[in-house]
Amino acid sequence: MKNVNAIILEQIESFNENLDTPVDTSKGDDTILFGAGGVLDSVDFVGLILDIEQAINDEYGKHLALTGERAMSQRNSPFRTVGTLAAYIEKQLED
Amino acid sequence: MARVILITGTRKGIGRALAEHFLTLGDVVIGCSRSAPDWTHDNYQHFELDVGDEPKVLEMFNAIRKTHGKLDCLINNAGIASMNHSLLTPLDTVKKIFSTNTFGTFLFCREAAKIMRKRKTGRIVNFATVATPLKLEGEAIYAASKAAIVSLTETLAREYADFGITVNAVGPTPIQTDLIRGVPQDKMDRLLARQAVRRFGTYDDVINVIDFYLRAESDFVTGQVIYLGGV
Repeated sequence: MKNVNAIILEQIESFNENLDTPVDTSKGDDTILFGAGGVLDSVDFVGLILDIEQAINDEYGKHLALTGERAMSQRNSPFRTVGTLAAYIEKQLED
Repeated sequence: MARVILITGTRKGIGRALAEHFLTLGDVVIGCSRSAPDWTHDNYQHFELDVGDEPKVLEMFNAIRKTHGKLDCLINNAGIASMNHSLLTPLDTVKKIFSTNTFGTFLFCREAAKIMRKRKTGRIVNFATVATPLKLEGEAIYAASKAAIVSLTETLAREYADFGITVNAVGPTPIQTDLIRGVPQDKMDRLLARQAVRRFGTYDDVINVIDFYLRAESDFVTGQVIYLGGV
């Protein structure tokens, strides 16, 4: 089974094909997804999160909802970087 | 390539008529209802589920994505009503009506749009009702659940426009189906008298509006509600 970080990076690379300004993934887990320094507008961000959610659900056979109240109410957004999102997803997969 | 059209509430009534209409046109139709239909067709696939049951609905959309790889149109027809004075309406009834009509519509819109966005095109048609603008006594909860659908339609139209998806609604007048079976004749007559065109609606009246929304040329039409009968 692929690990979560690899799935996220794979989805970003695939999503980049349709972007004028692609997300720079050279920093691996520190790649910024959203917020200061990020290149995605809100619609692209929604699209990328849906792609990641779908890929995780397909790989792990679960129906995770990445944008529930739990994610939105956290002091530090889990959507800031690849690393923070992967950690958040792994926690959800364990629950 | 045949269109893939998902219609909720296809066991009987308008939903069944819509399914038969699109099957006649050569489309692939996927339908659902709480119990199995007594009809079938080579290009029709049925799912038995409650439209407000999220896990079952997610399973169905997963199956659609894996089998067809696309979804062209969603028609959110499934709906229930309870004609009663609000003072005599239990909260459980209110929850049941909102679960099917409003939450079900939202759930299907959300999941359909997730598939449609991949091809940057899609058509969603929701069901409103003339009971909302006519403010019909005895239909407070039904009308409120459908008023929420009008609001959803208008806002989702804006949110989904970025993905090439249109979201519109049709607001039928009373049609002689099970939904109005228990309504007294004099009440029906008074209701029809408030329409510009004073007759019962037909399945074809509804199909006509939906055909218009689904046309490729209608990609500039979104966030609209067409009420039938001149209401």
